Amino acid sequence: MNSRPDLDSAHIAATDAPAIAMAAAVPPATLSASAPPKQMSILAHARYVISENPVTGIAFGLFLLITICAIFGPWIAPYDPLASNTMSALQAPSAKHWFGTDQLGRDILSRVMVAARLDMAIAVFSVALVFALGGLSGTAAGFFGGWTDRVVGRIADTIMAFPLFVLAMGIVAALGNTVTNIVIATAIINYPLYARVARAEANVRRDAGFVQAARLSGNGEFRILLTQILPNIMPIMVVQMSLTMGYAILNAAGLSFIGLGVRPPTPEWGIMVAEGASFIVSGEWWIAFFPGAALMLAVFCFNLLGDGLRDIVDPQRRT
Amino acid sequence: MLRQIGKRLATAIPSLIGVIIVTFLLTRVLPGDPAAYFAGPAATPQAIEDIRKSLGLDKSLPEQFVRYLQDLGKGDFGTSLTTGQPVASDIATRLPASAELTLLGLIISMLIAVPLGIAAAVRQGSIIDHVCRIVATAGVSLPVFFTGLLLVYVFYFILGWSPAPLGRLDIFYSAPPHVTGFYLIDSLIAGQFETFRAALSQLILPAATLAIFSLAPITRMTRASMLAVLSSDFVRTARASGLSPRSVIMTYAFRNAMLPVITTLGMVFSFLLGANVLVEKVFAWPGIGSYAIEALIASDFASVQGFVLTMAIMYVLLNLMIDMLYGVIDPRVRLEG
Repeated sequence: MNSRPDLDSAHIAATDAPAIAMAAAVPPATLSASAPPKQMSILAHARYVISENPVTGIAFGLFLLITICAIFGPWIAPYDPLASNTMSALQAPSAKHWFGTDQLGRDILSRVMVAARLDMAIAVFSVALVFALGGLSGTAAGFFGGWTDRVVGRIADTIMAFPLFVLAMGIVAALGNTVTNIVIATAIINYPLYARVARAEANVRRDAGFVQAARLSGNGEFRILLTQILPNIMPIMVVQMSLTMGYAILNAAGLSFIGLGVRPPTPEWGIMVAEGASFIVSGEWWIAFFPGAALMLAVFCFNLLGDGLRDIVDPQRRT
Repeated sequence: MLRQIGKRLATAIPSLIGVIIVTFLLTRVLPGDPAAYFAGPAATPQAIEDIRKSLGLDKSLPEQFVRYLQDLGKGDFGTSLTTGQPVASDIATRLPASAELTLLGLIISMLIAVPLGIAAAVRQGSIIDHVCRIVATAGVSLPVFFTGLLLVYVFYFILGWSPAPLGRLDIFYSAPPHVTGFYLIDSLIAGQFETFRAALSQLILPAATLAIFSLAPITRMTRASMLAVLSSDFVRTARASGLSPRSVIMTYAFRNAMLPVITTLGMVFSFLLGANVLVEKVFAWPGIGSYAIEALIASDFASVQGFVLTMAIMYVLLNLMIDMLYGVIDPRVRLEG
């Protein structure tokens, strides 16, 4: 959602590699002693952006924490996330169970940690899928123009004619109620965003100097698309990916909250919130609260990282 | 003016056609047997065969599409498996509940977001600006169902201010006589102020949840467009002519800054209609969102299809209305036509 205003973005920033270094070399006026040197590597610029904006640093820390949970969750979780123990059901957070236990006595901290893997996997796969589909077709639309452009534009418009979450519900209902289909549905509703950004970026470069040079040296159009255009719009597309990660996580969790895709007892944040929802009215807040908070932090972290990454790749669009 | 409206109506037609084709394709071309979907999980082979015939699924795809269009033209969305009623009448009875909720949420959100965005733009870098930034960043990160549950916990369980999150009206009250289907308006028309209060107390939490959700994009857009307008030439001229800051901001800047905000409303509606489904589940709200969820769980495909189609058509029409509103507010758009 963070990235919605970019939707019809006519703003084209200079994003070729040398331009990044040049833009970075013009520091804000407020910087005095620590002004960066004239030529600056992307890495140095990244360090500069993070030190300028500590929030990005915090977001990066959160990102590491989530990644560790996603990779090592099952091994570092204090309890078995599926082991029920009716003796210790519905316990409030304590030293023994930091996040409390649910109605079956399962440890919520362990479930929240293990769930990170599934939630991240859904988001990463759907974003990767739409990155490939939207990136390629959007680039082709912007570069070739003509009927390619019209077809891609029409598909994007048709998807945008739906309220996106509702379309995702419809797709999962039609394809079947599985996790794979949640990934596909999330990718489809993000498609217009990627296609349009890629199209706009490819369009301004279709007759750039380096493209004409490549053409003159005898490269075919398709080869130019793959070797000249695509690498050049990559930075913008990567920013787009991290900006939409948060939205992809929210969307997938929303679908599993209403009972699509993930099935109990699989630990997943959305379904855990749904399971805890009925206990909120009787005061057992921790069952829904901790997975919901994890979800919120994950989305928050990706939104901030996306903004930070955009500052690195595309300093002109800084807000 | 009429020609303008006609032209705008024409722009909505490709979207409508796209929407209808997609909902048709979703049910017919996908892997799996659509007749089995429509018949539900517990149907016998004979029943599935009957449904295949009655739906015309044994015919070719173009023939099926024509038939689908004819049914839609008659307002026939099929029959719901879960309720046994025609889907169209199910949706028609539940739509006012969803519409009342969504509209109140949007109104609350606009009442907070627009002044906040203006204040943040006018006093850039002040505390209000920082509050605005926090709202915009936190708002997009909050899962809407999580916000709803937090509000229920605080205002129902801890404070006891609001009633249990169970539908539109407490069971001790009866619904006001049906006029618009909006309980708030109907109860006022009937003069039942006690019912009005009861309906409002049920409505306020879910509406607030939706408002918090849509606060972020509206605030962000108001601030950005207000900033752009404030640095424009005509505002500088107005200031230089000695107009009071108040009249510069309210008369000159505000009106112009509202135009992009109205455009953003289209996008906000896309999110609101989706978020509505989640909020209805949290508050057991008897709208079309919870109807769709029940249908999804029961694999009641005709209802889901009807729901997706209704939502999409409403969204296309809302965008059309926003476009027309834009033409009314901004004479330049009318001239260019």
